[in-house]
Amino acid sequence: MNDTARETAAADVALEDIEVELFVRALKLRHGYDFSQYAPASLKRRILQLAHSQHADTVSTLTGRLLHEPGFLSVVLEGLSVPVSEMFRDPDVFQALREQVFPVLASYPQINIWQAGCAHGQEVYSLAILLEEAGLYERTQIYATDFNQSALNQAQEGIYPAKEAQLWSRNYLAAGGSHSLADYYSARYEFIKLDQRLRRNVIFANHNLVTDEVFCEAHLVLCRNVLIYFSDPLQDRTLALFRDSLVRGGFLCLGTRESLDFAPSAADFTPVDPALRIYRLGSRASGRG
Amino acid sequence: MTTPRAIVIGCSAGGLNALETLFAALSPQLQQPIALCCHTGSSTVTLMCELLAQHATLPVVEARERAMMQDGTIHVAPSGYHLLVETSHRFSLSVDERVSFARPSIDVLFDSAAEAFRDALIGVVLTGANRDGAEGLRHIRRLGGLAIVQEPSDAEVSAMPAAALELAGADHCLPLAGIAPLLNRLCLP
Repeated sequence: MNDTARETAAADVALEDIEVELFVRALKLRHGYDFSQYAPASLKRRILQLAHSQHADTVSTLTGRLLHEPGFLSVVLEGLSVPVSEMFRDPDVFQALREQVFPVLASYPQINIWQAGCAHGQEVYSLAILLEEAGLYERTQIYATDFNQSALNQAQEGIYPAKEAQLWSRNYLAAGGSHSLADYYSARYEFIKLDQRLRRNVIFANHNLVTDEVFCEAHLVLCRNVLIYFSDPLQDRTLALFRDSLVRGGFLCLGTRESLDFAPSAADFTPVDPALRIYRLGSRASGRG
Repeated sequence: MTTPRAIVIGCSAGGLNALETLFAALSPQLQQPIALCCHTGSSTVTLMCELLAQHATLPVVEARERAMMQDGTIHVAPSGYHLLVETSHRFSLSVDERVSFARPSIDVLFDSAAEAFRDALIGVVLTGANRDGAEGLRHIRRLGGLAIVQEPSDAEVSAMPAAALELAGADHCLPLAGIAPLLNRLCLP
């Protein structure tokens, strides 16, 4: 590759970075959504993908539409959020919730669970099924939140591609499910629909971890593979938000590859199962239950 | 090209054998951090790290979210996550959609590393069964980095190196046995 070509490519990348920064700035100034504290590499990748899927030659074209076109915001938010998940993803984690966390939750007369960043709701239904099977669901309230309204709407519907069902059934059994996952959904054509009775104790609500505050007192917060997109300061701020939301001795469950090495607020939590990223608020001695 | 400051490697089918050969022949004096994306069917890379460590002259670890790339260390992308390198040379992870049917995707690692290291990066594509890595290798070359591709006829599965050659071309295309000596020569002072 000759020097001129390389310089041109480097200039293209530099220009792209400027456009990405302006796009993020426009999203904040025009609509109040602040992505400036997101991890840059994956955010840039997603913005470029959005440009591609919208047939926009440049990110600046997206920025123009974002500023002027009513309704374009929801397309952008959909593109920038990460609704990829599966039911009972990391079955070990759900098994640990059932075996190590539920027995403590059972000691509360009313159980509040906050699923932060619930996206399309696969984990909400997973959790509801586990709670149902543990006999705890009747006295549980699940708050399922996300900043992406269209994802929330889909989460409420509980309709997923049928091709996922096989993997999800395997996950469910690996997590120690006591029935068959098929007992909880009906299949029609190429879709499955989760039993809507599972939704009876779920409140789906729009909440943005970047800007919104504590809104409930929770005994368990699940937030898996959301903080991986946040810069260190935003990750720390969000952990503090979870701390303030949790009762003393309450549980926090993160994604299995998340690192708290750069978050001072992590000191407020004690690992319950460090490999599975399950923590408890406070020191072991002072934890309730 | 300036002195290389990092190496990224991608492979899929047949990758484990190739990596054992490659890592056994790397100089233990290499200072450059190495990041590896290898498609595997398993849910963790713990076993793969252990197997590779038995042969490797350098430490082999699973790449940790937010951690700095460590000098002279082979970092393996965790299963189920894309591995990215930030311009701060720290790792980040994502669970975004699969790219070329893969997560982790070689393209995602290569693209991000290309922008983080520019002309101080070496990209290596080895044996594999799909086209992942070709786009990323092209981006590495565009930004002045150096591309090494295993000769397709020498690869256990030729599709991946062939796709990389077709789309990105290569600065060096050679059999597996020659790749470690080449890296040693390029990277040692």
